[in-house]
Amino acid sequence: MSLIPLTVNGRPTQVAAPPMKRLLDVLREDLGLTGAKEGCGEGECGSCSIRMNGELVNSCLVPILQADGASIQTVEGLAIDAELHPLQKAFLECGGAQCGICTPGMLMAATHLLESNPRPTLDQIREGLAGNLCRCTGFVKIFDSVAAAAAMGGNLKYAR
Amino acid sequence: MLTPNPQDFLETMSDSPTHRPQTRIVGTPQIRKEGVDKVLGRAKYIDDLPGEGAHEGMWHGATVRSAIPRGRIRAIHFNPRIPWSEFVIVSATDIPGENHIAMIGADQPCLVSEQVNHCDEPILLLAHPDKRRLPEAVAAIRIEYDPLPAVLSIEASETLQEIVWGNDNIFKQYHLEKGNVDEVWASAAHIVEGEYSTGAQEHLYIENNGMIAEYSEETGITVWGSLQCPYYVHKSLMSVFALPADQVRVIQVETGGAFGGKEDYPSIIASHAGLLAMKAKRPIKIVYDRTEDLAATTKRHPSRTRHRTAVDGNGKLLAMEIDIALDGGAYATLSSTVLSRATLHATGPYVCPNVRISSKAWATSTVPCGAFRGFGAPQSIFAIERHMDKIALALSITPDEIRRRNFLHTGDTTATEQRMNEPIILDTLLERALKESDYHAKRKLFAGQNSRSPVKRGLGLAAFYHGAGFTGSGERYLNSLAGIDVPANNKVRVLVANTEFGQGTHTILCQIAAESLNLSYDDVEVAPCDTNVVPNSGPTVASRTSMVVGRLIERSGHQLVSMLRERASLPETYSAPEFFAACDRYRNRQGKVESLCRYEAPPNIYWDDKQYRGEAYPTFAWAVYVAEVAFDSVTYSAEVTNLYAVQEVGRVLNPTLAAGQIEGGVAQAIGYALYEKVLLNNGHMVNNQMTNYIMPTAADVPPIHVFFEEIPFAYGAYGAKGIGELPHDGPAPAILNAIQDATGHSFTAIPLLPEDIFLRFLAPTPNEEPVAQ
Amino acid sequence: MRGNPESHELIGAPNLSAVLAQLSAAPGQWTPIAGGTELMVAHAAGRLNAPKLISLWGLSELNFVRIADNAISIGGGATFGQIRKNAVIETDFPLLSKAASWIGSIANQSRATIAGNIVNGSPAADAPPALLVYDAEIELISVRGARRLPYADFHLGYKRSVLQPDELVLALHLPRRFSTHRQYLRKVGTRKAMAITKAALAATAIVEDGVIAEIRLAAASVAERPVRLFATEASLIGKRINASTIQSARDALLSEVRPIDDIRSTAQYRKQVAANLLEEFIHELSPEPSLA
Repeated sequence: MSLIPLTVNGRPTQVAAPPMKRLLDVLREDLGLTGAKEGCGEGECGSCSIRMNGELVNSCLVPILQADGASIQTVEGLAIDAELHPLQKAFLECGGAQCGICTPGMLMAATHLLESNPRPTLDQIREGLAGNLCRCTGFVKIFDSVAAAAAMGGNLKYAR
Repeated sequence: MLTPNPQDFLETMSDSPTHRPQTRIVGTPQIRKEGVDKVLGRAKYIDDLPGEGAHEGMWHGATVRSAIPRGRIRAIHFNPRIPWSEFVIVSATDIPGENHIAMIGADQPCLVSEQVNHCDEPILLLAHPDKRRLPEAVAAIRIEYDPLPAVLSIEASETLQEIVWGNDNIFKQYHLEKGNVDEVWASAAHIVEGEYSTGAQEHLYIENNGMIAEYSEETGITVWGSLQCPYYVHKSLMSVFALPADQVRVIQVETGGAFGGKEDYPSIIASHAGLLAMKAKRPIKIVYDRTEDLAATTKRHPSRTRHRTAVDGNGKLLAMEIDIALDGGAYATLSSTVLSRATLHATGPYVCPNVRISSKAWATSTVPCGAFRGFGAPQSIFAIERHMDKIALALSITPDEIRRRNFLHTGDTTATEQRMNEPIILDTLLERALKESDYHAKRKLFAGQNSRSPVKRGLGLAAFYHGAGFTGSGERYLNSLAGIDVPANNKVRVLVANTEFGQGTHTILCQIAAESLNLSYDDVEVAPCDTNVVPNSGPTVASRTSMVVGRLIERSGHQLVSMLRERASLPETYSAPEFFAACDRYRNRQGKVESLCRYEAPPNIYWDDKQYRGEAYPTFAWAVYVAEVAFDSVTYSAEVTNLYAVQEVGRVLNPTLAAGQIEGGVAQAIGYALYEKVLLNNGHMVNNQMTNYIMPTAADVPPIHVFFEEIPFAYGAYGAKGIGELPHDGPAPAILNAIQDATGHSFTAIPLLPEDIFLRFLAPTPNEEPVAQ
Repeated sequence: MRGNPESHELIGAPNLSAVLAQLSAAPGQWTPIAGGTELMVAHAAGRLNAPKLISLWGLSELNFVRIADNAISIGGGATFGQIRKNAVIETDFPLLSKAASWIGSIANQSRATIAGNIVNGSPAADAPPALLVYDAEIELISVRGARRLPYADFHLGYKRSVLQPDELVLALHLPRRFSTHRQYLRKVGTRKAMAITKAALAATAIVEDGVIAEIRLAAASVAERPVRLFATEASLIGKRINASTIQSARDALLSEVRPIDDIRSTAQYRKQVAANLLEEFIHELSPEPSLA
């Protein structure tokens, strides 16, 4: 067991966990943040995507030891109190979520994309989301949602 | 009696006051009812549970599965390095009721007792407090088998060299005759034959199967899970646990995709979790990882379809003889109904006076197949739509013209002698599809360019229908009950056993309720999908939810308004507060405010199961799709560059959700055609990882262009027909038709991978051009 | 998830020396883990045969891109995300930049390291073909010091290399003399993103007056390790680009490569596609008129 300090959605915390425990499991089991999902366990589906130190990562592939001192951002931190992030609003309005299981990871990937590229082309949106599998939507309304959020302008940055 | 004008048609259906053309909420893009929780990441799927304080003392469960496709269990060895006393172990002998999963038949055991009939068949169940200890325990159990010969394909099953099910390996067969096929061959101008095959397909919902079960002597068994049909699970559990209906409770939790893969399978995993819960005397959670879900759960039925078709000199269909074979896997599950739908969609949306269809579902020693979006129709429609192009080519008629000459029109009869009384606008759909895709101009352009380019382009089309709802008397048999109630919190609740798994059930039903009650969308919510709370409104399958269950909600709404007017002085026009005040008055006098309606069949729907004749479906959705492809001769890979989906689906209840269904179904069908292959080695799926079972990514899906025409169906909610499965029927044949257009090569099997196309370039089939006799 | 985190010991270390000391003290006992994009997959599948692991993540001595006039040096711990973002790599070594963009997805690229890609030793790995046609050198380090060798000599066979149990990949060194070379890299996978390579070809060449003056060819998934196609190069060097040269180069390649049938593709397909990729490259080297 190791004691691992990390900041999650702006809040410093620490967890006691075996160093090989996956960051995904730490988030879900130790911290009660069940937004990140396990769809494949091998970094293919992206439903476990979160941001670690500003990078998009598949949390199923990160041993918690390597998140020591990291700043972690999950879907739970996108909305500020009652105010939805523009991407969340766009997903609602444009139908970007159907069953919703890929949505947390998809939102993290989209947030990551828009932070560095606020006005992406469709091809750039495709590439930005290529690591997140959705079986329900055929991606069409996810692309629409990201484009709509980009068009909304405003603060697309992850606040916490 | 021809009724070509949709408006005339509506007005003749005068019994319903609800089909006023103007609606406030139905037909508008209301926000997904449970959408906020989903975008917040707050929606709780089964592996996100238990929440705080729930399922105290829960353990985890895992399944020990067979390593061979067929054989008798000789011995089971438990490696002593595992402290087995820490585990709870369940075998078939622990089953208190029947050791079978009650579905249509009862041939599938819940747990193997003596004989294994497919790889990955469940044999033992283990439970332990620490889920991380389970995989090594599963691996520490060694099972000795006396192997029996396995039957691993339709062809092998057909030889009857090894009987693996019943007396003849046949789960079900149908034989359909119309007119006199045999009299036509001799005089027909042309006879065209073809054989077409489709592979297995995995649903690949992003959320794997999972259940939590609790058992107590007092309350019986309760399960929470990722599932489509709570009452199917309920029925199965009653049988496995020998419990009466009120001692079984099934609760659906947020479900991350299903596509039919959680229609029948959940009964198995629920029984497993329940058995462990009973023996362990504590709550049990079983959640599969991806490799287990891929290997062990149901797939789409592989198929082989043979066509022999007589046409006249103008390409008009004179006779069709069709032989269909499905591979059902080791147990019957839903094969009889999948086969039925395959049979009823085999002739395509065409008129043909003489038809013979012979169809069989075969048993093999593989993981049982089950429901998957389309349910037999994608298999049949692939065959007929490829075959129509073959006929066109043989007669030097264009693909669009051959279809135009044969389309069903109002007043024609189908292969089952169903007279099509409703408007059919296939010609309009075809024209629109050709226009939107710029079909003729592009084909001409590509034909000119292809010889000078390593990338060859082409277009292909497919015309098809999808029978909405259950076949024939299926809906009468279900006898669904659904409705609404108004608890004291001033919200209307929709009471249905139908489940949301992304397609928009909750949203649509709330829209319908709000419309029929003249309230706002936000005044309505959906009751928990809990068999203790909601009536049995039937399964969430067969594209029936909007059309059939929605209609029950629509009727319930009108019924409630009548009740409140009669008994609670609800005024003629009212505001929401007045409505809820009337409900309070009603509740004070009657105890509760509840309005339920039972299914009523549309008139003039007669289906003869024995003769296989009559009105197969109450209505049909119609479509013409055009696929545009690019074939790269350097890599032999084909990709879809545009897909145009034109369909008539009755009333579109929510345009965003409806388009979402088409787009998702098209993407899934593109996978079916070009990417997704289930690789079996001795009956076990060897590519059971997401790295190796290939679905299209955001970088692979083409632009999907969706167009709706609407002809309201009088007996569907606000005119709706079914929509969810239709989009999976058409893309595959359209794509392969397009590949033939681009390359000149005809491919008749899917999935069509670059390696398959490559082999054709190595050695072109000698008689590749269809020979018209 | 079939791995048990409690069955593995994972330690970090404050710096590279400490890691090397640990590897030296118990050779073969400690499995280095960088971004985990391979080892954590094995862990989830329950087949991580590594009771003891030592983390390389975040070691600054391994994570660098150094630009000198003659060469650039990429630390073994540099991620593909970092490699993609480096402007000099994009200009001077575009094939490597391209290969980096094909590793998994963006989420994988932020964790997968170039050393991991190489040391994992898959013949399908994305970076090696580019490194091979850029004449990369690989630098290995242990407590005994550092040693450099041509990267082409690194892989010995299927998942076997010259890397000793106490060694790590310190850096890849790429000579900055390919800016005027014609360059080509194409990967053929199962889909457009997140695809394991079925066949890939990398090439750099200099053409003077329609004659191939220099050529380097490397391929993935056509042998048990990433390979330079020396025999195919020999069939092209000094030759004028025409239909007959292309044919003999195709033949040379078909003889030289030895792909296998596996879960993703077939040997026949891989061979043919590799030859097609070669032909595509040669066509690019010369406009069509000269191919008469």
